[in-house]
Parts: sequence; C-alpha cells; structure tokens
Amino acid sequence: MANYETLEFEVLIIGAGGAGLRAAIEASAGGTKVGLICKSLLGKAHTVMAEGGIAAALANVDDRDNWKVHFADTMRGGQYINNWRMAELHALEAPARVRELEAWGAVFDRTKDGRILQRNFGGHRYPRLAHVGDRTGLEMIRTLQDHGIHQGVEVYMEHTIVTLLKDGERIAGALGYDRERGRFKVFKANAVVIATGGIGRAYRITSNSWEYTGDGMSLAYHAGAELVDMEFVQFHPTGMIWPPSVMGILVTEGVRGEGGILCNNQGERFMFKDIPDNYKSQTADNPEEGWRYTQGDKDARRPPELLTRDHVARCILNEVKAGRGSPHGGVFLDIAWIKEKIPNAAEHIQKKLPSMYHQFMQLANLDITKEPMEVGPTTHYIMGGIRVDPETQMSNVPGLFAAGEAAAGLHGANRLGGNSLSDLLVFGKRAGEFAAKFAKEHGTGAIDGSQVESAIGESLEPFDRVAKGGSDGEGPYQVQSDLQEMMQNLVGIVRREEEMARALDELAKLWKRSASVIVHGHREYNPGWHTAIDLRHLLTVSEAITRSALERKESRGGHFRDDFPNKSAADGKTNVVIQKGRDGSMQVERESIAEMPQHLKQVIEEMI
Amino acid sequence: MKTAVFRVWRGDTTGGKFVDYQTEVSEGMVVLDAIHRIQATQANDLACRWNCKAGKCGSCSAEINGRPKLMCMTRLDELPLDEPVTVEPMKAFPRIRDLATDVSWNFRVKKKIKKFKPRAPDAADGTWRMAQADIERVQEFRKCIECFLCQDVCHVLREHQKHEEFIGPRFFVFAAALEMHPLDTEDRLGELKQAGGIGYCNITKCCTKVCPENITITDNAIIPLKERLVDEFYDPLGKLLKLIRPRKQSGESHV
Repeated sequence: MANYETLEFEVLIIGAGGAGLRAAIEASAGGTKVGLICKSLLGKAHTVMAEGGIAAALANVDDRDNWKVHFADTMRGGQYINNWRMAELHALEAPARVRELEAWGAVFDRTKDGRILQRNFGGHRYPRLAHVGDRTGLEMIRTLQDHGIHQGVEVYMEHTIVTLLKDGERIAGALGYDRERGRFKVFKANAVVIATGGIGRAYRITSNSWEYTGDGMSLAYHAGAELVDMEFVQFHPTGMIWPPSVMGILVTEGVRGEGGILCNNQGERFMFKDIPDNYKSQTADNPEEGWRYTQGDKDARRPPELLTRDHVARCILNEVKAGRGSPHGGVFLDIAWIKEKIPNAAEHIQKKLPSMYHQFMQLANLDITKEPMEVGPTTHYIMGGIRVDPETQMSNVPGLFAAGEAAAGLHGANRLGGNSLSDLLVFGKRAGEFAAKFAKEHGTGAIDGSQVESAIGESLEPFDRVAKGGSDGEGPYQVQSDLQEMMQNLVGIVRREEEMARALDELAKLWKRSASVIVHGHREYNPGWHTAIDLRHLLTVSEAITRSALERKESRGGHFRDDFPNKSAADGKTNVVIQKGRDGSMQVERESIAEMPQHLKQVIEEMI
Repeated sequence: MKTAVFRVWRGDTTGGKFVDYQTEVSEGMVVLDAIHRIQATQANDLACRWNCKAGKCGSCSAEINGRPKLMCMTRLDELPLDEPVTVEPMKAFPRIRDLATDVSWNFRVKKKIKKFKPRAPDAADGTWRMAQADIERVQEFRKCIECFLCQDVCHVLREHQKHEEFIGPRFFVFAAALEMHPLDTEDRLGELKQAGGIGYCNITKCCTKVCPENITITDNAIIPLKERLVDEFYDPLGKLLKLIRPRKQSGESHV
C-alpha cells in the first residue's frame, strides 16, 4: 500500500498565476473552502514575466474605444475562429476586472488627469493596455497574491499534480506530491479549476520557464476532457537571440508600441513590404504616419511593426531566409533611433522600458538607448487548450473547469498582446465563481483508492528501474531535450505534411524512451524526478499539437503550412478537437463553429 | 571549448559539502546556465530553484563566490574563471537541499502585515485619481521581485537569527509601499515598531547593495518609516496635535 495524506477542499485550483489566483479569490468569495496548488513558490508563475500590459477598453486615453472595438479587434486577430461568446464576455468585463485590481492595491502608470494610462499594442485599434512600465505582470501577480493571502485560501507551494481523480464521470480531486519531501497527497475536491498555463517547454527556443510543460491540458485530456485549437501556437516575433544562453527570452512588444522599428541588415523597414489586406485600412503606409501614431496622434494609423504577432514573426523569418538577417540569425529591433525625434530619448526609453534596458545591459552588454537589439521569434503561448463553456469555464468533464492559457477559445488562431492578462482576470473570475457554485450544488465525489495507488506506482517507476538494476539507463533530460529539438524543427513556425508525419514517428519513439528513463537519488527535491514525471505531459501536448496541425490544411494565424499557404474558407468554419479514445489513442475531430448572432456580426461590420 | 570549475554545495538539512564540477562555458553564459548544464549532464538530482531566467521572478537566489546574487543575472565573464566558482545556498534561511532553502518564513511574515485599505473612490464610477508624481516612490518599491537577497544579507537575520522579532528589509519595503500608497488609509506604524522590530535595523545598507532591482531600500523605505515612527511615538507635541488632527486623512493627491 502506498502512503499518502488526504486533504479535503470544496474547490481545488491547480496553478497560481493570474488565472489561478483570480479563480481562488472568487471561489473563496463564493463561500467555499479553497486549496491552491503552486508548482513553484507563490508569485513566481509565468504571469510575473508579462511585460506590456492588460488590454481593457477603459477609454482613458482615446475616448473612441469601447467593448465593441475590443471585441472586433480580438476576433480579427484570431481570424474569426475564436469562440465569439468568450470574446464578447472578455471585451465587456475586462474594464471592471482592471479597476478591481486598482481597488486591491495595484499602482498603474497614470494619465495627466490621474487615471489609468493605456498604451498602444499590436492589433489593438486604440491605446488600450493598462500598464506599469514594462513590468505589468509583476504588478498584477503581486496584487492578486497580496490580496489573495487574506481571503482564506490555503496555498500549497512547490506542489505538483500528477493525475486528476474521478468518480464515474465527474471530478473528485487530484493526486500530487510536494517537491521538498516527495510525499504524495490526495486533494479531494468537489470542483477542480485548471490554471496551469502553457506548453512552451515543448520547444527548444521559448520564453517559457521549466514549469510550462502542458500539465493542465494533459491532466484534463487523460481525464476525458476535450482539447481544441491545439495547432495554434504563438511564436512571439521578438525574443532575444544573442548571446546563445539567453535565446528565447522575451523582448516586449511594448518596444514597438513606444516607437521601436524592425529593420533588416540593409537598414530597410521590411514590415512596410507586406501588410495583409484585412489590415491595410488601419495600417500606416509611411514611417512618418507610424511614428505619429506611437506618439498619440489620433488621426494616424498604426505602424506595420504593430501588426499581429503571427504575421510579424513570419516576416522576420522571410528576411532571415532571404539573407537579409542580422549577424546571429534574426533582425534588428531599434528603439534608439527615436533620439532623432525627441529630446532626452535615452532617459525616456529607460523610463518607459526599464526592464528591457536592464535585461539587455546585463545579459547582452548592449545599451538599447544607443544600439539596436537583435531579435527573432520565440515560442511564447498556445491559443489552444482545454475546451470550456464560455459562460462557466467548465469542460466536458463535470466539475472540471479551466481558465487562462490552459483553456481555449478566446484567442482563436492568434492572440493579441495584452489579451492574455485580461483573459486571466475575466475567465479566472468566472471559473472561480462557477466552480464554487458547482461545488455547493454537487457535494463530494468518492476517491478511488486503486486509481491513486496505480498513479503513485507509475510516478515512482523511474526509481524502481534503478532499484531493479537498470542504473545505466537514460536520464530524463536527454529525452526532454530531444523532444524540444524535434518539435522546434518539425512542428515549428513553418509546417509541412511530411515533416509532421515524421514528427509523429519521432513522438512514438520518444514515448517509448520516456517509459524507460531512470532517476538516481531519492524523492526529496529531485529535479530529475520532476522532469521525468513532466515528460508524459510534454509528450501528450506535443502529440496534440502535431495531430491538430496535420488536420488543418490551411494557413491561419499562428498555424502556417508551407504546403497550404492560404486560408481556406471551409477550414475557417471549423475547430479541430482532440479527445482520448476508448482504446487510449488520440482522436482528432473537426467541429463546425456555431454561427455568430446578428448583434455581434453587426459589431464586426461596423468596425471594418 | 573553454571549461570552468563550479564548486557547488550539495547536501540537505543534516549537512553537506562542496562538490566540484567541471563544465563547458561559452559566450554570454550566466551562472544559472552552468548549473543547468551540470544538472542535465552530471547531476540530474542537483536541486535549485529557477523560473524566468531573466531577473524578473526572483527564484534563483544564491551566494556566488560568497556574494548574494541571482544566478540568472550573474554573467560568467564577470567572474574569475581560473579558480573554482563557488555556488552555495542563501544562509539566512534553513536549508532544504543543495541550492534550495526554506524561504516559507517570508510568506508567513507577509500575511501578518495589514492589507491595503483604500479610501472611498474619487469618482462616481468607482475609480480613483492619482498623479504620476505621487506614485513614483511606491512604484519603486513595487519593483521588488521577492528574491529575498536583502533578507539573506541582513545581519539581524543572517548573524543574529532574529526571525521571530524582525521582519527584515523586504517587508519594510512592502510596508512602505502600503504606507506611502496615496489611496491607503490603514495604519501600520505600531506593528512595524512592535512585531516588525524596525528598531533592530542600524542602517548599514547591505540590503540596498544586493538588491537586483536597485531599490534604494534603506534611504527610501526604512529611514522614512523610522522617521514616521519617531513622529508618531516620540514627539509629545506632535502627539498633542494628532489628537486634534489624525495623521492619515483621506490621502489627498495632487490631481
């Protein structure tokens, strides 16, 4: 008999970034006993790294902004395969969620008349991002954390969930372990909210930390939940590329929002060469107009550097491929040039982009107020994830909810910058609210002891193999790194049928290798063991991404097929859905997107 | 390829020792890269914390050649590589394993500090007005990434182990951010004096020197708090005045 402790909650939240914390606060306000699982220490989740801001149509800077414009921008950015109801709710509710943060102590930068300042960002028609310099994510997570710790939420830091537990069809809790001692714990819960973020660690070049191994999506998938839109991975156009050890670290879109320009090695602003038709009417066609836009001229249209991320990332790749790249295989991002336009430019840049200044100074010996940065695309975000009901955020598994990056629907084929932080707040709150409601209405499920026993046994196999004399087997790090390399090369920014078919073969081999990795030492704070456990999640989401990408035979948003470079009207009417089949194999299906109601169609027509 | 030796502390709550690892080093590498390389190739079970690898999350605090630093922001080309680079856990906290220490005390301390309590909203729509000039100091404090290096270097905690009587520089900065927040109406001075033990701080500024976010902890947070305490508790004339006019009014702003 395996040894484990059992803890009881009404609502269990897995993940303590923006969505998890917001869900915990709301579930607690709903009068339920809440447990919050944190893979790292509290306040270190990926939200902390968000830089640019929170998108919400507060209309503090441009009074022409309102929820309708935000809704239309989000749908256009997502290439109309978004869940329109989520996009509507998001645009409607984001302003209230931002104001609430201020009531909880957040200190946003201010307008001249003392209100929350908003900045320009890619794909947003008006300045819309509430921000604090370029450390908005830190402000947001700290505000939620410092408010949340007084709301009666029980926080489990450095705990990892290995499987969800079910009672028949419904959710009954989760099994996890603590990092410090490696002890197993059953968290019994009437409702579970997954807020575990993304999958960046499936790729070699990423802005994501070690935690982002797709745990939540994989846990939900193996518990019978549907995943949707998994082919849509966002490659952020501007990651650091030099020196090699910092490759992938994010350079905020805020640099371009403040007037930064992209140039190739011939000094050409290449973004002017390729402006997609559906953005032509709102994009500047000359540098002067673009500059005026970044300085708040309401009559100017935005510069092409602020087109959506999927498009900018591909334009950068094209420049590099055509031999017009920077010395280390990227392009130049230049903010220093604004000294031609404004006095005290160096001081202005340091004030507006302090952490970028810091980051380049310390990690690359480069002064961004004097020299251009070298940047290239980096794996940043996944639009796809657990399929949820737009109002309640519940998945198809009763009692299992999801919010934030782990959930899908809001962003469609491409996410606009700033929409993720507002996503966390709007749908984190909804998930917490409806999970609490579910918990009150449905009571507890029974824990199946044999399910717990077998999951514990499986988790300990890497140690058992050593005990049984297999001490010269392969460790988990090599498998993880081979997976990352393979996904980067075969299911990356530009995709092809035959490469992805090869990726499936490679995945089968990697699954086999992962089932025989060994871990030395013991269970206490052993990162080798944690990596071995996470492999299953990484492989699950990598397979889901690959199968979905094979299914979508067109190019749209973050999904670009070299063999199908254009959009297909038929594919634009469907979502790709993944579910675990009865035989344990991954099933891929297409589903038609429900038709948009008339009042929303009208909003979109008005905004063109 | 060039190599260097990293002398890493390995052990747990019961004790441990330094172990030398030789590993390849390349241009632009930071200490955390070297630790990761050792972890992936020579010591899979080497325990360390990290998340963002860009100086934004404050997870990878350690002592490098005896100095409290973030491993992710310490470049190898700043260190003499002809001798071993020592990497050891923070000393002001109990050890867990290898480079990971038990920092949970910090989270317990924070919970005891009274939370933000805003004045009534300024506008009918429930919003407030604040001038940028009035929030710059608070924004400086809110840059804190909670790496706890300031706590690690503070002799009251590190040498004298006054964890039960003294909350440390991190939480003076935290309290200062609340006390100087233009909207806040709570009063935390009494608790800073009593449970916070601010009197133990003799402003040696070690905390300011190690802060990776360059927050001027001593000058901008601790000294002003100490001054407010003096005004509050050791100024008889001021006390009399305060009976007539309370210290914190509605926190008017300049807008």
